[in-house]
Amino acid sequence: MNELYIIIAGSMVAISCGLLGCYLILRKMAMVGDAISHAVLPGIVIAFLLAGNRDSITMLLGAGLIGVFTTFLIEFLHRKGNLQSDASIGVTFTWLFALGVILISVYAGQVDLDQDCVLYGEIAYVPLDLWILRDGTNLGPRTLYVLSFVLLFVLIFIAVGYKELFLTTFDPAYAAAIGISATLWHYLLMGAVSFTTVAAFESVGAILVVALLIAPPATAYLLTDDLKKMLMITAGLGVVISTFGYYLAASIDASIAGAMSTVAGLLFALVFLFSPSHGLIFKTRTRNAIASSRATTD
Amino acid sequence: MNELFTFLSFEDPNTRYVVTGTVLLAISSAIVGSFTFLKKKALVGDAVAHAVLPGVCLAFILSGNKNPVYLVVGAFITGWLSLVIIDQIVAHSRIKEDTAIGLILSVFFGLGIMLMTTIQRSGNAAQSGLDSFLFGKAAALVGTDVIVFSTISILLLIVVFLFFKELTLIAFDEDFAKSIGFPVRRLELVLTTLTVMAVVIGIQAVGVVLMAAMLITPAAAARFWTDRLKVMLLLAALFGAVAGISGAFVSYTAPAMPTGPWIVMIISVIAMVSFFFAPSKGILYKMVRQRRIQKTIRDENILKLFYQLGEAEGDYLRPRSKQELVERRELAKGQLNAGLSRLKRHGFLKFHNGQWQLTPEGKNKGQRTIKLHRLWELYLTQYLRIAPDHVHDDAETIEHIITPELESKLEKLLEYPDVDPHMSKIPYQS
Repeated sequence: MNELYIIIAGSMVAISCGLLGCYLILRKMAMVGDAISHAVLPGIVIAFLLAGNRDSITMLLGAGLIGVFTTFLIEFLHRKGNLQSDASIGVTFTWLFALGVILISVYAGQVDLDQDCVLYGEIAYVPLDLWILRDGTNLGPRTLYVLSFVLLFVLIFIAVGYKELFLTTFDPAYAAAIGISATLWHYLLMGAVSFTTVAAFESVGAILVVALLIAPPATAYLLTDDLKKMLMITAGLGVVISTFGYYLAASIDASIAGAMSTVAGLLFALVFLFSPSHGLIFKTRTRNAIASSRATTD
Repeated sequence: MNELFTFLSFEDPNTRYVVTGTVLLAISSAIVGSFTFLKKKALVGDAVAHAVLPGVCLAFILSGNKNPVYLVVGAFITGWLSLVIIDQIVAHSRIKEDTAIGLILSVFFGLGIMLMTTIQRSGNAAQSGLDSFLFGKAAALVGTDVIVFSTISILLLIVVFLFFKELTLIAFDEDFAKSIGFPVRRLELVLTTLTVMAVVIGIQAVGVVLMAAMLITPAAAARFWTDRLKVMLLLAALFGAVAGISGAFVSYTAPAMPTGPWIVMIISVIAMVSFFFAPSKGILYKMVRQRRIQKTIRDENILKLFYQLGEAEGDYLRPRSKQELVERRELAKGQLNAGLSRLKRHGFLKFHNGQWQLTPEGKNKGQRTIKLHRLWELYLTQYLRIAPDHVHDDAETIEHIITPELESKLEKLLEYPDVDPHMSKIPYQS
């Protein structure tokens, strides 16, 4: 049963992150996602200090705001300060992440977070934190409820804003012409990414969230040209990554989140080599076939 | 305060090691980082920094001990491999560079975490301290570490010094370098190797997670103070060194504090100060300058307005009410009031009985603005063949910018014309 709980939790994190990640990589904003996932750390610590625990919705929202602030700061330094965008990303997130780690050490006694948790989460503890009602009814692990809520939120966000996200991603000029604000949807997406990152943080940590944001969508991107299919493949990959990641970790007694990222990377490598449409081997073979057919006709 | 003096006196040999080590590490990564920054590949350093973790762990698993030489070799191999893979992914698929960087960074780091956790749980006693690669361990640098890492840092600096011209060229203009026959591929290999080396030794001080800051932030901060590469490199090195010393001091006074994040915090504060307050490039400076230009433009527009009203009546120096001004040209009330009193302070306007009046200086200034406006309109119609009804807006901006030298050139070019395309008289100073 515990295995199942962990795999379900991992799948939900991977699906939520992956779906949003599809939009990030299509908008060439993968590194902004990386920056947000690091930068929410001080938000989490401050919210933790204020709220006293990590379950509250205020904490999710507060840290989500920090994520949006990060995006804003990156763009502010880029536009107003004329700082090139890659450096702007690098400076902003390392600064905020360093602040977060320092806050954790300063308030080590009051904050139930340690550096290990920050780096690779505590998904193995999912089955331990049960939600038990006052009359003693056991409703199962608390984290699963939080993660279902987040997954639902992401699904609703994409379902409701599908057209707007699609247009602002692929044809911002047309979107603007029919009255869809690219800026608004940009910040809504960033807000959603921050919110999801914060929720996933506890399970997989700040850095491995990035693997789940980027690897599954990048893999799906090499398999299809259709956004809807890309979203569905990403979701499927999330489940595969979580399942295999769990068993890999169990077999060598390692961090589950680390193993999940490793599996995500392996899946990408397989698709990169063997994808029927965009894989390296297929492309090389087509090129060779064309070359040899030319040679025979000559 | 006493602690600071004891620290700075370097009485304690341990302090000497820590300070020398951190400062050298910070300087070499700041200098190498400046080149990757200028090549707009700043985040590549982030990828390398994360990617060295599995190398460190593998080296430990294979060798069974924490000899810094093995760990550095392991780190070097995976760090280098990560860059090759990023290049291959970008070259052979439709994945964009930023996605490839994020992907490799997180997957390699995940692999590293997986290996590190299995090592930790294997119960091998020698492994303790391996996790200091995550956030750095400047405070715990010992003699042998410092010797190994200092040697590498000095080697790095020598290579940068020897290849200075070549690295500069590929940082600024790769195509040009290629066209004049530089071995660009090989030079990029040198820069890549330097980056990986800088990361490999830099993580000793700040750890893999924050290493990117040691490469990017000093360079970004220095860029705001200068346009000259040599000055920029010196400043970046200086900023890095200051952050390194401060970080070492923090870990000296408060050993429980993580050194790496403190070094990054200090270098980030230096960067933020640079971004906002650096002269000429800083955000605040630019805002102030913009404000000042806006004020000048508004003032000149008000004087121009007085002149235009006077031109219509043939009486330039008649006192006028604010109402008259607003009727001719729409002006925000606050801005008009501020402009009027500023012009009075500077002696361009006089004020009595609730009415405003041009002084002779004010008249001259208004006249010059009008003259430039009309000269420019004429120039646009005559030389650029723009229709007369399309030239006003452009002249409205340029009239505040034209310098006396340009003014006399325009006059000569147009042969001191009498009227503009709208048949308004062009006024010359008598």
